[in-house]
Amino acid sequence: MSCTVIAFGELHGIFAWLHELPVSIGLPDSVQAVVMYAALGVTVFSVLSLFALFLVWWERKIAAHIQQRFGPMRVGWHGWYQTVMDALKLLQKEDIRIETRDKVVFFWAPVVCFVAAFLAYVVMPFGKGLIVADLNIGILYIMAVTTFTVIALLMAGWGSNNKYALLGGMRSAAQVVSYEIPMVVSLLTIIIYVGSLSMVDIVESQSGWFFNWFIFRVPFGPIAFVTYIIAAIAEANRTPFDIPEAEQELVAGYNIEYSGMKFAMFFLAEFVNMFTVSAIAATVFLGGWNGPFLPSWVWFMGKTLTVVLLLMLVRWTYPRLRVDQLMEFAWKFLVPVTFANLILAGVLKYLGYWE
Amino acid sequence: MSEYLAVLIFVIVGAGMVLFTFFLARILRPHNPYPEKNVNYECAELPIGNSWIKFHNRFYIFALIFVIFDVEAVFLFPWAVAYGQLGLYALVEMVIFILILFVGLVYAWKKGALKWV
Repeated sequence: MSCTVIAFGELHGIFAWLHELPVSIGLPDSVQAVVMYAALGVTVFSVLSLFALFLVWWERKIAAHIQQRFGPMRVGWHGWYQTVMDALKLLQKEDIRIETRDKVVFFWAPVVCFVAAFLAYVVMPFGKGLIVADLNIGILYIMAVTTFTVIALLMAGWGSNNKYALLGGMRSAAQVVSYEIPMVVSLLTIIIYVGSLSMVDIVESQSGWFFNWFIFRVPFGPIAFVTYIIAAIAEANRTPFDIPEAEQELVAGYNIEYSGMKFAMFFLAEFVNMFTVSAIAATVFLGGWNGPFLPSWVWFMGKTLTVVLLLMLVRWTYPRLRVDQLMEFAWKFLVPVTFANLILAGVLKYLGYWE
Repeated sequence: MSEYLAVLIFVIVGAGMVLFTFFLARILRPHNPYPEKNVNYECAELPIGNSWIKFHNRFYIFALIFVIFDVEAVFLFPWAVAYGQLGLYALVEMVIFILILFVGLVYAWKKGALKWV
């Protein structure tokens, strides 16, 4: 394939070019794959960081307009590069290292947090052919690596040697592991209709018009979607489930002792996580890159950003739950509902409701 | 198997980019620590005692319940993938499996283990 094929706005030419790059510049066989994946990694990292900056700005504007304010207005048209300036500001901030911290754990917590969020993008299908590596355990892999965030939050809470931070980290761990179960089971409801864990297979089995999307096609798809979205909000630690960083009781939670670039990494990872759960929702429930007329990556981004918008509206509309309500909602409501949903979907699949 | 190389490379690239940003910040930022600045934040009070203490029992209970259900989820993944070919036998087996665990959940519920005290 020539490196200049970018047909009608389809971007797979870029990935194909990156795949061919090590071959075309004549590297030895043993390092070709390494160079290729490294180039893809740097590309994905850059795009993701820019996207996270955009999401921060977008969230601030939405929050402002919900509360009848303007939000950032000064830096550029409607403050569009406000967050870029904020990032540059954080780059120049002093790194305050408290005396009593656990040095190793304190240092590595933001790195683990960001890498855990970043790893999910190995199997994320951005569009037709726009996938780094189509692992056959796709969705299981994403569920596994994104949970490493819990370890990072516990590390941050423990390493800070601060009572607020420790409480935030512990609560976050309890919350994220509790909502992990409903999230996984909601996705399994769809997986039994696909018969594969690969993200590309999941998207390709929804090709066609919107009634082929799993949210509409499988029985109880809408229920699975709603339970998934609730669990996803909790996984991403966002209001109404942001007990780990509840400002009024824990000040900032696990990241209270962090400043400068280390704080920025936690902040960035939070928005990358939000993008990840939305992208999974778009891929598994809303048909992924499938759609008419427009290039596939436009459809993927459009669907993902719609889900992101939904999460943002939920965040700025609903008040925070109390911590006991939060845990009891997960175990006494979501877990029974999702398991009942899974069994019913299995029975209907056996009866031949959908082939 | 070479596809899984991508995961390893992504770990290295991700950590490398983060560490590079830290390095960049280290060049640019001021460095002026003094003892008052490096004290733990506790709402402008001097912190009393250490924070590395025993935490509440309820975290262990939820962790134990989670482990049971997470192992269940691990068993459910291969079941869900192969479900299309397995038919009625797989369905009955999995319903029995889920019901047994559900009895456990109801037991924990009745014992008050799901209550956040």
